[in-house]
Amino acid sequence: MTAIRLSVYRYQPDSEPSASNAPKSDSESDPRRPKPYMQTFEVQAQPGMMLREALLAIKEQDETFAFRHSCGEGVCGSDGVNANGTNCLACITPIADLKQPIQVRPLPGRPVIRDLVVDMTQFYEQYRAVDPYLIRKDPLPEQEIRQSPADRDKLDGLYECILCGCCSTACPSFWWNPDKFHGPAALLQSWRFLADSRDQATDERLDALEGPYKLFRCHSIMNCVEVCPKGLNPTQAIGRIKELMLEQSV
Amino acid sequence: MAAVRSLPHRHFDALIIGAGGAGLNAALRLADADLRVAVVSKVFPTRSHTVAAQGGVNAALANALPDDWHWHMFDTVKGSDYLGDQDAIETMCREAIPTVYELEHAGVPFSRLDNGRIYQRAFGGQSQHFGGEQAARTCAAADRTGHAILHTLYQQNLRAKTHFFDEYFAVDLIRDDEGAILGALVLDIESGEPLVIASKTTLLATGGHGQVYRTTTNAFINTGDGMAMALRAGVPLQDMEFYQFHPTGVAGKGMLITEGARGEGGYLINSDGERFMERYAPHALDLASRDVVSRSIVTEIREGRGCGPNKDYLLLKVDHLGADVVHQRLPGITDICRVFLGIDPANEPIPVFPTAHYAMGGIPTDRYARVVAPARHGPEEVVPGLYAAGECACVSVHGANRLGGNSLLDILVFGRAAGTDILSYVAENPHHRPMREAYLEPSLDRLSRWERRGEGERAADLKAELRRLMEEHCGVFRDQATMAEGVEKLKGLRARVENARLRDHSQTFNTARIEALELDNLVDVGMATLMSALHRDESRGAHSRVDHPERDDERWLKHSLYLREGDRMDYKPVRTKPLTVDSFPPKPRVY
Repeated sequence: MTAIRLSVYRYQPDSEPSASNAPKSDSESDPRRPKPYMQTFEVQAQPGMMLREALLAIKEQDETFAFRHSCGEGVCGSDGVNANGTNCLACITPIADLKQPIQVRPLPGRPVIRDLVVDMTQFYEQYRAVDPYLIRKDPLPEQEIRQSPADRDKLDGLYECILCGCCSTACPSFWWNPDKFHGPAALLQSWRFLADSRDQATDERLDALEGPYKLFRCHSIMNCVEVCPKGLNPTQAIGRIKELMLEQSV
Repeated sequence: MAAVRSLPHRHFDALIIGAGGAGLNAALRLADADLRVAVVSKVFPTRSHTVAAQGGVNAALANALPDDWHWHMFDTVKGSDYLGDQDAIETMCREAIPTVYELEHAGVPFSRLDNGRIYQRAFGGQSQHFGGEQAARTCAAADRTGHAILHTLYQQNLRAKTHFFDEYFAVDLIRDDEGAILGALVLDIESGEPLVIASKTTLLATGGHGQVYRTTTNAFINTGDGMAMALRAGVPLQDMEFYQFHPTGVAGKGMLITEGARGEGGYLINSDGERFMERYAPHALDLASRDVVSRSIVTEIREGRGCGPNKDYLLLKVDHLGADVVHQRLPGITDICRVFLGIDPANEPIPVFPTAHYAMGGIPTDRYARVVAPARHGPEEVVPGLYAAGECACVSVHGANRLGGNSLLDILVFGRAAGTDILSYVAENPHHRPMREAYLEPSLDRLSRWERRGEGERAADLKAELRRLMEEHCGVFRDQATMAEGVEKLKGLRARVENARLRDHSQTFNTARIEALELDNLVDVGMATLMSALHRDESRGAHSRVDHPERDDERWLKHSLYLREGDRMDYKPVRTKPLTVDSFPPKPRVY
């Protein structure tokens, strides 16, 4: 078996064990010092191994290592990390595609809570800010609201977003203005509802996006498209919103 | 550990533990009615495992082929191997229709037929006219139906301003001297601080426990937390021997390949290239019930007709459907095959093996999602203030075997039912019952147990051992000797878990501590599963005994109840009487 080498970002905010009866260790060698650092691990390679499995193998060696993960198949969106400089979902990123030693860091631009666990509060706030739910004003029919297959097709590439945050945390505009710029993930959702033939709040949605920041901080850098693990295209969605705004204003 | 007095307390009308489809559908109903609702979830809500459901949700909309809720009811009763409660099944199949329309109105992006109606596909165990031709009853959003539903429900809860406690882990229920549930002790994962959530009502919606098996379609978070919390609060678990192995998990890896792949026309072949389901289910073929297909696969492999160098899997063929159908109707499956197998299912067959998937059993409830337990006046007395819905509950609509497409339906219908009943309960019981420090002690003791320092085995190692043990001793085919040995081993393991130790005692986002608390839960639900399976000496649905191959309605047409105290078994009758239609009496089950 060959070994995989990883260099992993560590940050352990509890600089010392919380209870006073725990043994004190020398601060130089104590891996739980409060400053962040990179730590090298070697794990055994497995056929078809994904980055998540390598991180789990690290956790086997050192249970203080923390990262989020759950489904293991790229649908829950928990394990967004930055590997060799690119945001990805660890569970669907093959080790074989990554140059070693693999540099694994938390998603950039977010406050780090511990190791690879970041605080996503602002990301979720921006998602909430676009009113990401269907708004219907007409009385509801007793059966389904009809939608043609062609209209339904317009939602493909939009509704599949898993809110992993890989896109927004790869976006320089979001790094600078995470409190004011909605970011690619939230804007993709904004377009998902604008594009839905059943939604009846187009004017309100567009009005809410006015101003220099919420939408217009996007400078089409396209980092979001580059990293999206689901192959979605937020830049294109943002372009569509701008086009619709223009159409509506004429 | 903080003194009880100093623990922060929060107060709500309804506490919902778990933010999957059941929890969120209940929360939506309650928040829209202006109740104070708290949803506690150990992960951000859209990470809940409902997100991974693929194929769809059953409802007799008759959009694609003729259909009737009564036919749906017949199929579900038959699929349950007659162990399902027919009052609950009638409720579910009737409610299915308005439930799916409600979801569509909420924004779920269902796939569509040319006339603009919701797309419906064929799934296993579905028939027209009580056992006739194949039906098409499963409403689908491509093969990402769970994702579409979970995100929509979360979005609607944002609109309704539901209060979320994201990344809080529920430690235990708080129970008073009279057995009423007063809320739960929870742990803020980020800060590591405990919090008391006092609530007039508590809904357990924590999902399944597939992590008790080594190879599973379930996510890392599916550790049976709610079921184990119920057990520790003195509530039994019902029908835990009935655990579904999905016929088509990716061989050796476990990712789910939806039954929708066969619903769209895919089929299974063995090493001779033979479509072997013709021998096991001449009528329904590859769309026989899941228990039937899983046993057929294992039998083929045991008889030497497995594929691959080790003859240890079979092949699922969809390549004959053409790239258009495969890529449009099954885009998620296409992704899984490309990422994990390096193949395009439109060109090559998929290696599959039956994989631990779904708990038919769980916390016993009535059709209003109220938890019921044996007490002074009979086997089904309501536990005041406690509700359960979804996979963690056993209402029981699935009986001994669940039909595909009925699990999303179950979580939605009974999540909503819980919400409705909570509304009336809170109206009738407007005040919080008194909280005493003593009620918190058992849950605080559970936390302190993992704070002990010193030498001891590691939780992670014991979890791996548990998962192997369950796979070896309680899999697709079972017998007395193997399971009895399993119970003894598990008792030994349980004692070792009592003495295990954490190395990491830090406060902030300590995932090792959460995993240790989850291990406690897995051990409890594992024991419930093995004990219930050992005692039922018949074969029914997913519980297949090689030493007792026949169903025995005279002795075993009854629900199992496992009680944690003393590892005791108890039983209660099946509710064979529906609400408005005639009973479906037990018949031999052929597909």
